[in-house]
Amino acid sequence: MSASVIAQYVMNGAMLGMMYALVAVGFTLFFGVLDIIQFSHGDVVAAGAFAGLTAWTLLTAAGVVSPGVLLLAVVISAVAVTALLGAAVARFIVLPVKGAPQLNVLLVTLMGGTVLRECLRLFYPGGSQPKLFPALLPASGWDIGGFHLRFDNVILLASGALLIAGTHAVITRTRLGLAIRAVAQDEETARTMGIDFRRVVLVTFALGSALAAFAGVIDGLYYNEVFFGMGLLLGVIGFAAAILGGLGNLYGAIVGGFLFATLQTIGAVALPFASAYKDVFAFGVVILLMAIRPTGLIGERESERV
Amino acid sequence: MRFAAAVLLAALSLSVRAKETVRMAFVGPLTGGNSAIGLGGRNSADLAVRLRNAEGKSKHQYELVVMDDECKPDAGVQMATKAGSDRTIVAGVTHYCSVVAMATVDTYHRFGLPVIVWGAVLPDITYANDFKEVHRVNGTMINQNDTNAKFMAEHGFRKVAVIHDTTDYGKGHNKYFSQFFQKAGGQIVATFGVTADQQDFTAELTQIKAQNPEALYFGGLTPIGVRIRAQMDKLGLKAQFDGTSGIVNDDFIKALGPLAEGALAFREGAPAEKLPGGRKFLEDYTKQGYSNPPEAYGPFAYAAAELLMDVIDKVGPDRKKIIKELANVKDRDSIVGKITFDDHGQNTVPAITRYVVQDGKWLTWEESEYAAGKRKLTSGK
Repeated sequence: MSASVIAQYVMNGAMLGMMYALVAVGFTLFFGVLDIIQFSHGDVVAAGAFAGLTAWTLLTAAGVVSPGVLLLAVVISAVAVTALLGAAVARFIVLPVKGAPQLNVLLVTLMGGTVLRECLRLFYPGGSQPKLFPALLPASGWDIGGFHLRFDNVILLASGALLIAGTHAVITRTRLGLAIRAVAQDEETARTMGIDFRRVVLVTFALGSALAAFAGVIDGLYYNEVFFGMGLLLGVIGFAAAILGGLGNLYGAIVGGFLFATLQTIGAVALPFASAYKDVFAFGVVILLMAIRPTGLIGERESERV
Repeated sequence: MRFAAAVLLAALSLSVRAKETVRMAFVGPLTGGNSAIGLGGRNSADLAVRLRNAEGKSKHQYELVVMDDECKPDAGVQMATKAGSDRTIVAGVTHYCSVVAMATVDTYHRFGLPVIVWGAVLPDITYANDFKEVHRVNGTMINQNDTNAKFMAEHGFRKVAVIHDTTDYGKGHNKYFSQFFQKAGGQIVATFGVTADQQDFTAELTQIKAQNPEALYFGGLTPIGVRIRAQMDKLGLKAQFDGTSGIVNDDFIKALGPLAEGALAFREGAPAEKLPGGRKFLEDYTKQGYSNPPEAYGPFAYAAAELLMDVIDKVGPDRKKIIKELANVKDRDSIVGKITFDDHGQNTVPAITRYVVQDGKWLTWEESEYAAGKRKLTSGK
């Protein structure tokens, strides 16, 4: 296997890993502040991609052609819709059942996700079909040997990395981040210190969901196709990645995301069986790793979350 | 006088009432990634029923009971059970997706419901069992892959990579194409089985690119066909895209835009406008104002419904009699050409049509600028 082919695999894997990491960070944020698993997160990703697609459809119908303006509109619309959606999920689905057994939260969010997914299928025009997502980034690229490096992939990767770095900065450097960390560590004490618990929860959900919107838009721009059911597997993989890295740990989510993408690529490329089994292989390894390190790779060594 | 009028009225209403309603099922994928073809098939079968009822010559008033198999085996078996257990339904025009058609043959056999498959191409549907209930008007994938392999070999493609989905449908395509292509002197450089709902194919395509094939054969349906073609472009994999009957529909072109240009595909039968009576079919179809086109398999669904109604008109709405009569179908004219069922209920169909996408349309190879030499297929080099 030549170096250029390996470079291509690394690039493919990196794109997948970035999307998984963005989704996993959401899971980890929600778990951090509320100790819950938000299982509709994957479908929020799909909703973000469709919100972006809607903005593009409306603007092109109105005669806007500049890719820059369109891209900005796609991103803003996706982020706005999912941030609101995330906050709504927290406000109307998660907070009301707070205090009930964990299982209830898991169940209501799982069902909420199904409702969201079916809504996309039934109410988005032609929603049951895969939809063409516009290519808004320059499609040119460089051929380095057999390695085809595309300009748009580089932009997507870089923006994903910036987003994660930005989220990290918000959590470690700002008052809001301090409040999130305080709630994550001890809700009661945080409340007595005057932190508005509800507000922190809503903002965290909006933040995590906005990241999911980016994952959705990146997915759309990368594959030039979105599908109402795209969030289902993405959600499961994002969740597995978050667990794998150590739920509640931001770095863990990122490591988990990239690790899962690596496993999938290895499963498709380096193993002797049909590439259809790559997910079987990747999830199998996750199960194995969970058995070895139940708290995740970067587990709660110091029991600080987020 | 008044009495005479009353008698006349009574006689008239009696003759109207005497028209017994006969129900037939139509089953196909009406939602999901293959719904364009499913809706086209449904409309076409519906058209046949409407025309027959409007004509008024039949003893029966026909009613089409439409069911959605979602292109999923479990949903298909559910629908087949529903149709089979409903004794008012006497026959069915069933299935486009091979996995579904394959999963349901037992059910139809168990309930003794005569069905005619209108789109699925897996040979086993008719040939794996000896079920007298199951018939098929369209050809199997054996014929189309034979033509496909020969075409590729004749046009100088020597090294071909294969991606197929791991359903019976995709595996069948892979099997027959690989077999015929190697016989024709070609070489299969790589074969990948993928799941039917896979999103990312970059790993498989990168590996294929390293093998530097001249063409990529895809054995599967439209949704992942679209993804594979789009991702080939992302990776700079320049190879001819060679598909099967599973991608001959407008959705493939709509979802790909200009990238669809030059894609090849092969299908049994001829395009509607070139069929005997095809022009009239298209005119009637347009008159009804359906919102979707009939798509590639519409004419087969139409022909299947027509054939069933002919048989029912002749022997009456009785499942057993219909099955018996269907066994005698020989050289019967239809809009898809002569229909002859062999002892497995398989129409021994003729010609395979070769298709290529040119300027956003599926054209037959003969009428395309590719055949004329004005445009060239991708050689991969």
